[in-house]
Amino acid sequence: MSDKIPVTLIGGYLGAGKTTLVNHLLRNAGGRRLAVLVNEFGELPIDADLITARDGNLISISGGCICCSFGSDLLAALMQIRERREAIDHLLIETSGVALPESIVQSLSLLPDLGLDGVIVMADAETIEQRARDRYMGDTVRAQLAHADIIVLNKVDLVSPERLEAVSRWLVETEPRARVVPSQNAGIPLEIVVGQHAPRQPDTRLTPRSGRHTADYQALHFEIDAPRDPERLAAALAATDSGLLRAKGFVRRFDGTFAALHIVGRRAQVEPAPGWIEGPGRLVCIGLADRIDRSAILAAIEASSIAPAGY
Amino acid sequence: MITIYPARKIVTMNPSRPLATHVAVRDGTILGCGSLDELTGWGKHRIDRIFADKVLMPGLVEGHSHVAEGVQWRFVYCGYFDRTDPGGRVWPGVKSIDEVVARLRVANAKLYDSRQPLAGWSLDPIYFDNRRMTRQDLDQISDARPIAIMHASMHIMNVNSRALELAGLLRKGINHPGIPLGDDGLPTGEIKGPDAMTPVGPHVGFDRALLAADEPGLRDFARLCVRKGVTSAADLANLLPQPAVEMMLRVTADEQFPARIVSLRVAREISPAELVERVVELGKLSTDRLRLGMIKIVVDGSIQGFSARLRAPGYYNGAPNGLWYIAPEQLREIFERALAAGVRVHSHTNGDEATELVLDTLTAALKKHPSPDHRFTLQHCQLANAAQFRRMKALGMCVNLFPNHHFYWGDQHYALTVGPERAERMNACATALANGVPMAIHSDAPVTPLGPLFTAWCAVNRKTAGGRVLGAEERISVSDALRTITLGAAYTLGLDSEIGSIEVGKSADFAVLEDDPTEIGGDKLGDVRIWGTVQGGRIFAAETI
Repeated sequence: MSDKIPVTLIGGYLGAGKTTLVNHLLRNAGGRRLAVLVNEFGELPIDADLITARDGNLISISGGCICCSFGSDLLAALMQIRERREAIDHLLIETSGVALPESIVQSLSLLPDLGLDGVIVMADAETIEQRARDRYMGDTVRAQLAHADIIVLNKVDLVSPERLEAVSRWLVETEPRARVVPSQNAGIPLEIVVGQHAPRQPDTRLTPRSGRHTADYQALHFEIDAPRDPERLAAALAATDSGLLRAKGFVRRFDGTFAALHIVGRRAQVEPAPGWIEGPGRLVCIGLADRIDRSAILAAIEASSIAPAGY
Repeated sequence: MITIYPARKIVTMNPSRPLATHVAVRDGTILGCGSLDELTGWGKHRIDRIFADKVLMPGLVEGHSHVAEGVQWRFVYCGYFDRTDPGGRVWPGVKSIDEVVARLRVANAKLYDSRQPLAGWSLDPIYFDNRRMTRQDLDQISDARPIAIMHASMHIMNVNSRALELAGLLRKGINHPGIPLGDDGLPTGEIKGPDAMTPVGPHVGFDRALLAADEPGLRDFARLCVRKGVTSAADLANLLPQPAVEMMLRVTADEQFPARIVSLRVAREISPAELVERVVELGKLSTDRLRLGMIKIVVDGSIQGFSARLRAPGYYNGAPNGLWYIAPEQLREIFERALAAGVRVHSHTNGDEATELVLDTLTAALKKHPSPDHRFTLQHCQLANAAQFRRMKALGMCVNLFPNHHFYWGDQHYALTVGPERAERMNACATALANGVPMAIHSDAPVTPLGPLFTAWCAVNRKTAGGRVLGAEERISVSDALRTITLGAAYTLGLDSEIGSIEVGKSADFAVLEDDPTEIGGDKLGDVRIWGTVQGGRIFAAETI
């Protein structure tokens, strides 16, 4: 992405595990300087042992991360945090339990130096179905799920295998295009939430850092020599259920320029690539190890070799 | 020292002695109200004839306002209706966009620094044949200085090109429901909703000051109270940080400060446990003129902003349902902790679904913490139906309805937001009283002007600005309305043993009137001329305040 601060929203209803996820990511930031905005009526949302200093509503966290709480005024907090742009690699926003991610996405668009990376919505495997049917909160919960690029189905260890299967099936029926990641204690890798740093590595299994991950993840790397239609490729990667959760890369267009692809779950973005990009196009795709489908991704890459009209 | 005030008439609101001619006061407390003969028995006294030709009522009680009303007047008034500022100047309403521009131009000419922002407030373009104001309208005044006008609803503002530029919004490609674009792809200058306003606010002088109030704002608010006959006013949603509390304690302790302020801590930014703990501590700081120790919760949004939570069949124009500002779990925890600690909670609910959630949540919380006389109050509660009022009664709840809405936005509610049937039932004062629900009525100043007698007129007549009587069946009598703006509001604030009627033992708080509200006629209730107030025995004339 460009010089914008990438922003990931972490949404979901009360008790789904948003705060647990935030703490997990801060604990496993791996050198990434994360800034976290939290909005909850809650007690101090950051584990005490992570905190190195407090100054008003700003908390410094070991490893160069910061956390800022905001009350009713997200944009004011965003305006405050972007003044520290140089010290931030990625911004996470933990929304309130009743917030609609879509309205926060709209607010972000007002600040041109912030760029939405993706929307992660946490769902509690034990309660999500019941919440989605709740007389008062059902439509709010369903709207949260509908706005998710990736749904983290959390607390899978607290339900029976039958129940897990039932709730997974229900999620797919409710949100057919949803990308669902199972987790316990919100233990999903940083790469899924905020993406990878460097895109040039051999195919790798992502080894869980904290040992709490439920699922195994795999990164697949592709080199793409011939020119492609990046919009078509991005749309195909976001649309096909190839077990893909994130993809990032550069491909050469038919006019010779490079385009940057960025896929988070079902969200696809294509932008002009930075000027220094050269050599073959490349793509790295991350997904659940037992689900990611190399041949489906290859098929999408192949299909994008058809030039758009005009070439 | 005992002072006996003869008056043309005293409307006491004390049912066992409704009318009197004299009231005796000692050290700010009423010794008695009756005839001169009855009162002289208290001993050595002097007779003060200052109110001999006036009508006295209990000091009026505004049950839902915001001291921020006092801050607004630093901006240029651009409302459609005439409105009185704290200094007593009546600002005539502006009737067209051209008049708005002309008024701002006058203010513009008085500013020396060409970069200093210029701000107006209380714009209501629905009265301008729906012609929307644009940035080009305001650019006529100045293109160098940022200019903004807040709408009367407080949900929308208009800004000029310079303000958009400073906020980084004068560009193409903006995709936000709160920022409409013109044919040129650039923002029109209308900014809707609090999120969209935030990037612009600091550049035009509309900071969060709109929600809080500083010392001059608090003093100006109290001056407005005197002009409107108000001796006690609720400041319904304040974050009450410690420095603000200390300022309010100091200012209200001033011997010349003319009103009693009841300030509620809004449930925001801290957990329910911390909230209740903080509010209990705040309660211990209460003085006679600054009452603390209550909680305000905002449950949903507003009807005209389509952010109120409605039950089926929802909005009349098909708009999607509104927003929750709190989750039921959080509401329940605050209710339970507050009931356990004996802290009163007022809940803002505009839509009937939000009201239903509060009723359900309190029903459950009361089973856990049975609390006789809790007086939890529904604020606004505009769309409640009869069944909900019956539940309020059964639960021991109070309600504070918002009849001013009929006058200012009733025609829009009828045509657009909730449709004819619910518009006629909105703020169902008669149903609330018929069901025995303790009731107040309010202005929500600065959203609509402070003035309980005007609010009473709204409840008695239910007339819209367009002249329609909106729900004749829900009109209430003058005597019910007058009781509601005194004892009724005092009851919801837990102050009915101290204020709300002129009777022995209560605070000497009077509204001093030139006209008799019980004789002037219900259709003229809002025109009653107000001389000033007596608060805690201290006399404040509107003319010199």
